[in-house]
Amino acid sequence: MTTTQEWKFTAKDIAAKPDLFLSGHRACAGCGPAGVLRLIMKATRGPTIVTEATGCMEVVSSIYPYTSWALPWLHTAFETAAANAAGIDAALKAMRRKGKAKQHIDIIALAGDGGTYDIGLQALSGAVERGHDFLFVLYDNEGYMNTGIQRSGGTPIGAATTTTPAGKVIPGKIEKKKPITEIMLAHEMEYVATATPYYWKDMLTKVRKGLEVEGPAFLHVFAPCPRGWRSEPAKTMEYAKLAVESCVFPVWEAINGKRQLSIPSKLIALAPQKKKPVKDYLAGQGRFRHLFTPQNKHVLDEIQRLTDERWQRLLQKCESSV
Amino acid sequence: MSSKEKGWKEISIAGVCSKSSVGFMTGDWKTYMPVRDLEKCTTCLTCVMLCPEGAIKWRPEMGKIEFDFSFCKGCGICANECPTKAIAMKLPEE
Repeated sequence: MTTTQEWKFTAKDIAAKPDLFLSGHRACAGCGPAGVLRLIMKATRGPTIVTEATGCMEVVSSIYPYTSWALPWLHTAFETAAANAAGIDAALKAMRRKGKAKQHIDIIALAGDGGTYDIGLQALSGAVERGHDFLFVLYDNEGYMNTGIQRSGGTPIGAATTTTPAGKVIPGKIEKKKPITEIMLAHEMEYVATATPYYWKDMLTKVRKGLEVEGPAFLHVFAPCPRGWRSEPAKTMEYAKLAVESCVFPVWEAINGKRQLSIPSKLIALAPQKKKPVKDYLAGQGRFRHLFTPQNKHVLDEIQRLTDERWQRLLQKCESSV
Repeated sequence: MSSKEKGWKEISIAGVCSKSSVGFMTGDWKTYMPVRDLEKCTTCLTCVMLCPEGAIKWRPEMGKIEFDFSFCKGCGICANECPTKAIAMKLPEE
């Protein structure tokens, strides 16, 4: 970390801050990613440029001639969120060298799970390796929801999508969710973290930490999608909470490779009886509806086993890195 | 679009969105609307934080929470997450 003093804020400070992701965007009612974006833009510390990959949030926020962004915003193609950020960073460096830009400008690259796990991975890996100064925020709604709910590398095992429909042949997606944060950690980045919007204070602190890093930082945000998950719009933030409580999506951060659990997950690690079964998280989501039939019970057990396994492995990694 | 809007030949190649979406009222999408019980509300600001629309505004000068129904899509996140259950989702006629 380059700064010594920690960013302190109260709910009232954040609430009083004007939105940079404006109302009037055309996301579905109860959209998780829209809530995430609105909140993370409140953690910016000064002049910021946002670049975004194609995805739900790009589409809903920039329907011509309207824009929902109250700051400079750039979109080019699906795979280019990190490449854009690298280009902006290089341009700013050149402008500073020539004396055309004086102040520091933060760069945030936003992409959904499609634009990170699958399509944008090589651009992201390249930009991180070159050490550009930007924060990459992945809002993970676990599928290509904007184009009609297709599977992505981020879709969890057992989820029904339009390209992995649950039926007689397969019980939803057969493959596991790609551990993207492990891949990013392997790049030996200064800052990698996971967050959910329900624990917004934790998420905002992580955004600020990511911006303060001089060099690339990666933030994986869990963003429930009521349309694609076929869940109730009102329960969006509840699922963001249940995912942490059932250890499907633990929240942690790694500073210079040193990994530690954040408070919501730490509380579960300290009191394992508080850990909820994944059934609590899966129930109510239409994409997992088929798992609650007798013939698919083995898939449900498999999800529980995989979740426990990943959680135990994470605990070990946190212990060994201290 | 009004007649003053530029045609496709006049706009720049990269496409620049010139208007703020604050002028696009998404509030008419809703079926249910949140109704707040002021006696139960403790102004904890949970609803302000978790609203995806930014339709719930904190007014520090008045110390009040205000609902902006011109953007509220009626998703019900505020009612579901309110720790004191001060918000109920109701049909506009009720």
